Amino acid sequence: MMVIPCPFCGPRNETEYSYGGQAHVAYPENPDALTDEEWAQFLFYRDNPRGSYAERWQHSAGCRKWFNAVRNTHTYEITHVYRLDQARPDGLPKAPLATKEVGA
Amino acid sequence: MSQRELPQHPDFLWTNPDPKKSYDVVIVGGGGHGLATAYNLAKHHGITNVAVLDKGWLAGGNMARNTTIIRSNYLWDESAAIYETSLKLWETMEEDLGYDVFFSQRGVLNLAHTMQDERDSVRRVEANRLNGVDAEWVTPQQVKQLCPIININDDIRYPVMGGTYQPRAGIAKHDWVAWAYARRANEMGVDLIQNCEVTGFVMDGGRVVGVETNRGRINAGKVALAAAGYTSVLADMAGFRVPIQSHPLQALVSELHEIVHPTVVMSNHVHVYVSQAHKGELVMGAGVDAYNGYGQRGSFHVIEHQMAAAVELFPIFARAHLLRTWGGVVDVTLDASPVMGLTPVDQMYVNCGWGTGGFKAVPAAGLAYAHTIANDEPHPLNRAYGLDRFVTGALIDEHGAAAVAH
Repeated sequence: MMVIPCPFCGPRNETEYSYGGQAHVAYPENPDALTDEEWAQFLFYRDNPRGSYAERWQHSAGCRKWFNAVRNTHTYEITHVYRLDQARPDGLPKAPLATKEVGA
Repeated sequence: MSQRELPQHPDFLWTNPDPKKSYDVVIVGGGGHGLATAYNLAKHHGITNVAVLDKGWLAGGNMARNTTIIRSNYLWDESAAIYETSLKLWETMEEDLGYDVFFSQRGVLNLAHTMQDERDSVRRVEANRLNGVDAEWVTPQQVKQLCPIININDDIRYPVMGGTYQPRAGIAKHDWVAWAYARRANEMGVDLIQNCEVTGFVMDGGRVVGVETNRGRINAGKVALAAAGYTSVLADMAGFRVPIQSHPLQALVSELHEIVHPTVVMSNHVHVYVSQAHKGELVMGAGVDAYNGYGQRGSFHVIEHQMAAAVELFPIFARAHLLRTWGGVVDVTLDASPVMGLTPVDQMYVNCGWGTGGFKAVPAAGLAYAHTIANDEPHPLNRAYGLDRFVTGALIDEHGAAAVAH
């Protein structure tokens, strides 16, 4: 069981929380302008890295507030927790692509 | 029913070659799906210059970690087609591969515990029958006849209100299945390369022409991903996305017991599924851990929850001892159906998203995926399962038939 530090209440057992998936996924600013491909991305696609991941949690059996956490999806270590209105604090860029062009 | 004697472990069934410079097809992932795909490429398409790469040992990922349930009682036509094809291939697998896989058609019960469960179950039974899938609705008394150790009293929190029963469903021994495919594929010329991790792809324009690995560059005419929970990591390297989330899924076994459980019992509502392995261990699983995770382990409260459900359904289990728990990394899509088809990269193919239920699909997935790779177009069985369904909205929602209970 993970011990998750609620930014409002402090560390509590994982069983007090619910999971909310990827953080910082904004609603489309102009939904009418979205193509079907863009809708597919918004509705069905989320990042799924092996490593550092910004995600939402709710302290559902505690203060009931939502917050964001940066957690390593391989080690499960939580490195940051922060309020929903704050930017991702670790400043990590998305993992670079390992694709190589022939002759490049 | 008595315990079945298993034969001694066999000697090595395949060679361990170093990778060649180049292959017609490189399959990334040496689990059930990757091995079955290699076998089908050789058998049906005459393509034998094939390498199956695995970053660990052969069939050491989800193929070694699943609870081996095989059934085809899914709701929609597209699902019934691929899973029923698979079940028929399971029925002939030992002959096809010339090897025991201990496929035991002991039936699968899917229990209903609420009025809505009951309505959904009866609907699914009727849909199954229209698709030629054997299925019947059974009353609590019939459930008790099929599995005498189930508690069907109405004084528990979620009494058994009946269930669906598929008599041809069952279990098999997962490791023997992998060995059977590996042995035949290797005999037909496929190189099975273990401890070979893909670290990048070699591209020429919009086309893949090879893979970078920890054992050097391997050129490839085609590259086929069969890496379950790791597909996102690979697709990221290739520059596209797949609509999956990787979650830990845990399972466990008890110590060995006399055979007390003659069938397979699954319950979506109270979240547990149970069978008894050939040697006598009770094999159980439940739902995924809620968070994304590649750790091959989950949280213990999930185990505790499924044990509570198991003991309520099977009071006889109360004094059984837990022997071992473990986790796999499953690739879950939003419609609980897989993704198999072409990708935005030319000559690269994807097979993923089987979530918690990929084992049962191994033979049909191998058949359809090999066809897709050989012909650069989907097989009729996987035409509906391409990445394009997330754009068109033609989802195949199998949460009812899959859910916890894949």
